[in-house]
Amino acid sequence: MASDLRENLEVVPLRHPGRWISGAVILLIIVGLGWAMAEAEIQWEDVPGFFTHPVMLEGLLNTIVLAVAAQGGAIVLGVVIALMRLSANPVARWFAVGYIWLFRGLPVLLQILIWFNLALVFKNISIPMLFTVPTNVVMTAFVAALLGLGLNESAYMAEIVRAGLSSVDSGQTEAAKSIGMTPMTTLRRVVLPQAMRVIIPPTGNNFINMIKGTSMASVIAFLELIHAANNISSRNLEIMETLFAAAAWYLVMVSLASIGQHYLERAYGPR
Amino acid sequence: MALVEAVGVRKSFGHTEVLRGIDLEVDRGEVVCLLGPSGAGKSTFLRCVNHLETIDAGRIWVDGVPVGFRSHGGKLYELREREAAHQRRDVGMVFQRFNLFPHRTALENVMEGPVQVLRRDRAEVRAEAVTLLERVGLAEKAGSYPAQLSGGQQQRVAIARALAMKPKLMLFDEPTSALDPELVGEVLDVMTSLARDGMTMIVVTHEIGFARSVADRVVFLVDGAVVESGTPADVLDNPQQPRTQQFLAKVL
Repeated sequence: MASDLRENLEVVPLRHPGRWISGAVILLIIVGLGWAMAEAEIQWEDVPGFFTHPVMLEGLLNTIVLAVAAQGGAIVLGVVIALMRLSANPVARWFAVGYIWLFRGLPVLLQILIWFNLALVFKNISIPMLFTVPTNVVMTAFVAALLGLGLNESAYMAEIVRAGLSSVDSGQTEAAKSIGMTPMTTLRRVVLPQAMRVIIPPTGNNFINMIKGTSMASVIAFLELIHAANNISSRNLEIMETLFAAAAWYLVMVSLASIGQHYLERAYGPR
Repeated sequence: MALVEAVGVRKSFGHTEVLRGIDLEVDRGEVVCLLGPSGAGKSTFLRCVNHLETIDAGRIWVDGVPVGFRSHGGKLYELREREAAHQRRDVGMVFQRFNLFPHRTALENVMEGPVQVLRRDRAEVRAEAVTLLERVGLAEKAGSYPAQLSGGQQQRVAIARALAMKPKLMLFDEPTSALDPELVGEVLDVMTSLARDGMTMIVVTHEIGFARSVADRVVFLVDGAVVESGTPADVLDNPQQPRTQQFLAKVL
């Protein structure tokens, strides 16, 4: 009734007791977990030392190099496979489908192990008349991990890039054609810059996965963070302390990657 | 010789024949409006002139060059996409949905062709692009992105972008159909002044008033064929064919 305002009734705001209760429960759980960590038999004072231990830093460097190289290669390969997937050539299309099916379908760990053990079945890698090299010389732990992680990731990147390219309105390509642009220039100047908005978020997500995925290279004794942590703890038996130091490095790397993704998204964001 | 010459142009999408043998000539400096009910094949024909669609039969020549082909040693060789791109430099096109590049400013949209396609000097192109934006009345919007412009403003930038390539021929594919009614006039004004300056234009439109006042010739299409063609006075005010009379009775 319109008479509310005239009679000057007091207004009682809606209360939210449920929010206060659930908030308190969450805080209680966090305090409890913190208490448990403090009470646990962990030599917290040793963790910073392991964090900056030379072996740990070497593992960190190797992890970064492996993740960046594998992701970089995967992006380039992914663009190529995506273009093949969208090509007018049926052979190229089917190759792309098969490529994605194979490298996305097998566990990364399995792929790393297969590459690492390649010398068991192929003694030499050669292109007839060009070169021949013994497989066990080429297929170091780094190369095997790079291939295993990179090829798997390239299959995912191909799908991400394809989704990105398909998201750009066909009118854009027509407009580019109408001013005489060649297909390559159209891709570079018109389609890819707009596809980036769709491509960047899942790529950032995948890169974060890649950083953590490098840990699988520890099974072939590649000196990344986990293997470095194991090396250190095998001497002093402070297993949890070294693992926590490695964990801290992963969180640092992932945080930096997230920040980088944020700025990339802003650079290609909507106008 | 006519600037555009189309002979027996046929085009099918699947089992639907959209163009059933179109013959059309457009002289230099002439403005031709294509009218007709939707689905008549007006837009499809326009896209064939720019080789955005390939034709199944017949031939189109622009300035004596067969569209989509290279003539050599008594044979016509079908063009690769990058060669076709070279042919399209001489023909400007304006789309119903503007199709401006959303990640570039108005000025950058206009500069894109001359810089990226013709590889011309940036500073020189910039000066020309500013002049073109002035000509379409948008000098103060040079730094705006398409999303910050109204539909009418976007379409005028799109016209400037096409003109930047200094085309011999301009194709307009329903340039005002996606616009709010009050924005149609500003785009038609730009097109009218372009026609007055002697540009050769083929315009697919539903704006009968524009056709009447600007077109040298009106061509009426139904079901992929030319039904009637002539001066606006003949076709619009004194149509001979029943199909034309029906259509005009509905839109006028």
